[in-house]
Amino acid sequence: MPEITMVEAIRLAMKEEMERDESVMVIGEDVGMYGGAFRATEGLYQQFGPNRVVDTPISESAIVGVALGLAIMGFRPVAEIQFADFISCGFDQIVNQTATLRYRTAGDMFAPMVIRAPSAAGVHGGLYHSQSPEGWFAHTPGVKVIVPSSAYDAKGLLKAAIRDDDPVIFFEPKYLYRRAKDDVPEDDYVIPIGKANVLQEGDDVSLITYGSMVHHCRSALEKLEAEDLSIELIDLRSIMPLDKETIYASVKKTNRVVLAYEDHKTLGIGAEIAALLSEELFEYLDTPIVRVAAPDTPVPYSPPLEEFYLPKEEDIVKAVHKVIEY
Amino acid sequence: MPALPKKKLLRLYHDMMLTRMFEDRLSKLYRQGKILGGLYLSTGQEAIPVGTCAHLREDDVISPVHRDLGAFLIKGIEPRFLMAQILGKETGPSKGRDSFLHAGSKRLGIIPPTSILASTIPIAAGVAFAFKVRGEDSIAVSYFGEGGSNRGDFHEGLNFAGIHKVPLVLVCENNKYAYSTPVEKEMAICCVSYRAESYGFEGVTIDGNDIFAVYDAMEKAVEKARNGGGPTLIECMTYRIKGHSEHDEAKYQPAEEKEEWKQKDPIARFKKFLTESGHLGESEEQDIIDKIASALDEAVKFAEESPFPPGEDALKHVFATNEEP
Ligand SMILES: Cc1ncc(C[n+]2csc(CCOP(=O)(O)OP(=O)(O)O)c2C)c(N)n1
Repeated sequence: MPEITMVEAIRLAMKEEMERDESVMVIGEDVGMYGGAFRATEGLYQQFGPNRVVDTPISESAIVGVALGLAIMGFRPVAEIQFADFISCGFDQIVNQTATLRYRTAGDMFAPMVIRAPSAAGVHGGLYHSQSPEGWFAHTPGVKVIVPSSAYDAKGLLKAAIRDDDPVIFFEPKYLYRRAKDDVPEDDYVIPIGKANVLQEGDDVSLITYGSMVHHCRSALEKLEAEDLSIELIDLRSIMPLDKETIYASVKKTNRVVLAYEDHKTLGIGAEIAALLSEELFEYLDTPIVRVAAPDTPVPYSPPLEEFYLPKEEDIVKAVHKVIEY
Repeated sequence: MPALPKKKLLRLYHDMMLTRMFEDRLSKLYRQGKILGGLYLSTGQEAIPVGTCAHLREDDVISPVHRDLGAFLIKGIEPRFLMAQILGKETGPSKGRDSFLHAGSKRLGIIPPTSILASTIPIAAGVAFAFKVRGEDSIAVSYFGEGGSNRGDFHEGLNFAGIHKVPLVLVCENNKYAYSTPVEKEMAICCVSYRAESYGFEGVTIDGNDIFAVYDAMEKAVEKARNGGGPTLIECMTYRIKGHSEHDEAKYQPAEEKEEWKQKDPIARFKKFLTESGHLGESEEQDIIDKIASALDEAVKFAEESPFPPGEDALKHVFATNEEP
């Protein structure tokens, strides 16, 4: 099993799916000969040709709309939005056209397509190369939303997304593209959408997170190692649908919850989980639920501002102490 | 070739050199790791912001994009403040909040770009509409690449501008590439200027590496806009000499093509004219270069010595109510 980076794992997932199924296509800006802004589609054009790897103009609305048209016709397009920050330019095509298709045709038509987009901060991208827009789409009935945290997961989840009969938005934390490395099997495997991954079992606190925050949570756990605490670390993998079963089972055991996410705190995924827990598991909670998330501001550029903005391992450590000491 | 006074000619030359020398400094700072994020340079395209902004008044408003460094300077942002902006410092117009040329100023009439290509075109149409509604003779100028002209915002903005005959000049910098994508893969027509006609106003295509062609076309468009004649689209044909950004080696740009365009360098061409026509002697040229170099030394020093904003300032300026935390 070779060790590869997350971006390589993503490329392999597309390559293998395109080899397996002729209906799989790739469409987006600079995805062809150039191989994509982050090289995620490198070599695909050369292998599969211009009918299956399609370069587009700078037209995000058309990228999503054309992918939807292809999907209606039985293809399985994987559309790339060069940065998640530009997905807003294709918003209507996603929320009003794609997400609702199955519903408004009572299941007659549907959209087996994937929209991939590099997201999140930590690379000094400033306001427009740093956003985490998963909350917008998790709030939109009819699309699934995935954020992988490792190379292994990225490959298995992207394959699942391509094979899924509903539209999936696949946010790739670009901070992890080359930092996250795993031994990734060369053979076919799929990680089911909607299943969280318990990365570490524990009895005292449920630390629930996803995306690049998984890594900050891990380093927070290393810091907490000296203390005699047993923390359960859960990587959601899928934001929508949420794996309520895994979350509930964990909280019933630990009775304390810290939610860590890089998106703005208000109305982020953590807000939804906290609401669910207070509705469903109120009697199991020993302490208030604590969220570690970004403040409700745009993502600033200058290093000290970005550093202040981003939720960090100290914040996670503090949050864990807060629920323990409550 | 227009009969421009020597002073004006040398001003244009100065502004083009300033742009190029400023960007050379940026390239150096980038290699030293002092500029984080992307660095997009306008090498070979300097005549466009310079020749167009030369016609603008203080009360006119521009919406520049990522390859318009010259426009920011000519419209009045001092080099030291622009440098501080690019280094993410407290003393830059965005006080470290946004990156690179994402700098604006109400006083100077600069709508700050966002990375979202073409998104400022409808905004510039709105600015121009405001001038029209108020009966003022100021104008708005919106810059964009041919790549950006394939987004819906371009088409919606032009359509509105055409309907209302707003005082807007649309300056397209057609440098043949949108990132790695050559223009033939971006659109099925030869010229972005064709698009203007379908929105009810004139579009022209000119040699964007010829400062006089740019200057002339802009003169006409500005006069028309100020006198109620509505928008014009000026498509400036040029070439992106460097990669999309400093990290991009741009192997997809054929070497011969690049070489051919290097021969059409707008600054070299203009300099040839100026020397041959006796407007620019060796010592005059040296003088211009020395002055720019020392202004840039000062700007870099100022920017490097400026503090970064304190982290907690990230919370400021989201709403009027939190101008001060
Ligand atoms: C809406 C949007 N999509 C994609 C991008 C990524 N991107 C940045 S610059 C660029 C190419 C722009 O080409 P053009 O408009 O012709 O300007 P040029 O860079 O050639 O000056 C791309 C694709 C973006 N910034 N905004």
